[in-house]
Amino acid sequence: MILRINGEEEDIAGCDNLLELINTKRLKREAIVVEHNRRIVLKERWRETVLSEKDNIEIVSFVGGG
Amino acid sequence: MEDTLRIADKSIKNRLFIGTGKFPDKSLVRNVLEESQAEVVTVALRRVDADSIDENILGHIPESCIIMINTSGARDADEAIRIARLGKAMECGNWIKIEVISDNKYLLPDNTEALKATEALVKEGFTVLPYMSPDLSMAKRFVEAGAAAVMPLGSPIGSNRGLKTEELVRIMVNEIDIPVIVDAGIGWPSEAAACMELGCGAVLVNTAIATADDPVAAARAFSLAVIAGRTAYLNSGMAVNEDAKPSSPLTGFLRDDK
Repeated sequence: MILRINGEEEDIAGCDNLLELINTKRLKREAIVVEHNRRIVLKERWRETVLSEKDNIEIVSFVGGG
Repeated sequence: MEDTLRIADKSIKNRLFIGTGKFPDKSLVRNVLEESQAEVVTVALRRVDADSIDENILGHIPESCIIMINTSGARDADEAIRIARLGKAMECGNWIKIEVISDNKYLLPDNTEALKATEALVKEGFTVLPYMSPDLSMAKRFVEAGAAAVMPLGSPIGSNRGLKTEELVRIMVNEIDIPVIVDAGIGWPSEAAACMELGCGAVLVNTAIATADDPVAAARAFSLAVIAGRTAYLNSGMAVNEDAKPSSPLTGFLRDDK
C-alpha cells in the first residue's frame, strides 16, 4: 500500500492501521504526534484508525528550538 | 512580597526564558537549565526523522519546566495554528510562542499573521505569546486578542546584535499592561540586563547560550544579568543629569585656598 508519510511516498506492507505503522517504523509512541489526512489522531485511537491507499500521514516530535 | 512574573495561571520567579535550539550536544540542555534554574523553556516541532532516533528533546528538560512550543517554520497563521494543535497533542501544556515568518533573510515576524493565529488560538484555550516586531498599536491588538504576553525582537534571530529596538520596546513596556518579553537577538548578558532595567517582564535567550564556548557558564552569566537588571528596575530611582554631581563631600579638602 502506498502511503504519503511526512511528504514522501512509501510502499508499506502489512500495516492495516496507524498503530501497526508506528510499530513498524519503531517510533517511540510517547515522543510523537500523528496526523492522518490532516486530522490529529490521539494514541488511544491509533489502532482503530484504518489506513487506505494514498493516505497522508504526518508524524512529528519535539526538537530543540528557540 | 516576592517578585514574580504572572502569566496565565503561573507565577514565574526566573525571568530568563531559554530556547533549546542549536546546542551542539543535547545533553547540555539539562545542564544549562539546571545551572540557570530556568522555568520557561521553548521547543520546536518537526517531522520525525526515522534515521536519527534520539532527538526527543523533552528527555533533556526537567519536568518542573513550563514548555513553550514555538510555531517556528510557520509561514502563515494557518500553519502556526496547525503546529500549535499538534504541539498540544503532545500533552506538555498549552503555552504557544507564535512565530510566523515569511522573510528568510532577516527572519522578521509577520505581525498580521501572528495576530490572526493569536486570535484563533486564544479562543481554543491556548496561552499565547506572540513573537512580534515591536510596534505599539500592534501590541495593543495582541492584548485585545487575549495574548498572555508579547515578545518583541531585540534584533534579528540568532544575530547576537542586542537590543536595537530599545525605544520601541520601552514604549510598549510603558503603555501596555501585559508582560513584554524581549525575544531574539540578545547576544550579551549586559543586553539582557538592559531589557530588564527598562521594565521588561523577561527575556528569552537561545543562540547566545547555545553557541557559547561554554553554554553552562553563559547561562549563569545571563541568569545573573537578568536578576541584576530586574533588581535595578525595581529599586533604582536615580536621576540622570547632564552635569556632574560630586559623590564625595565638598568640605574638608587638604588644601589652603578657601
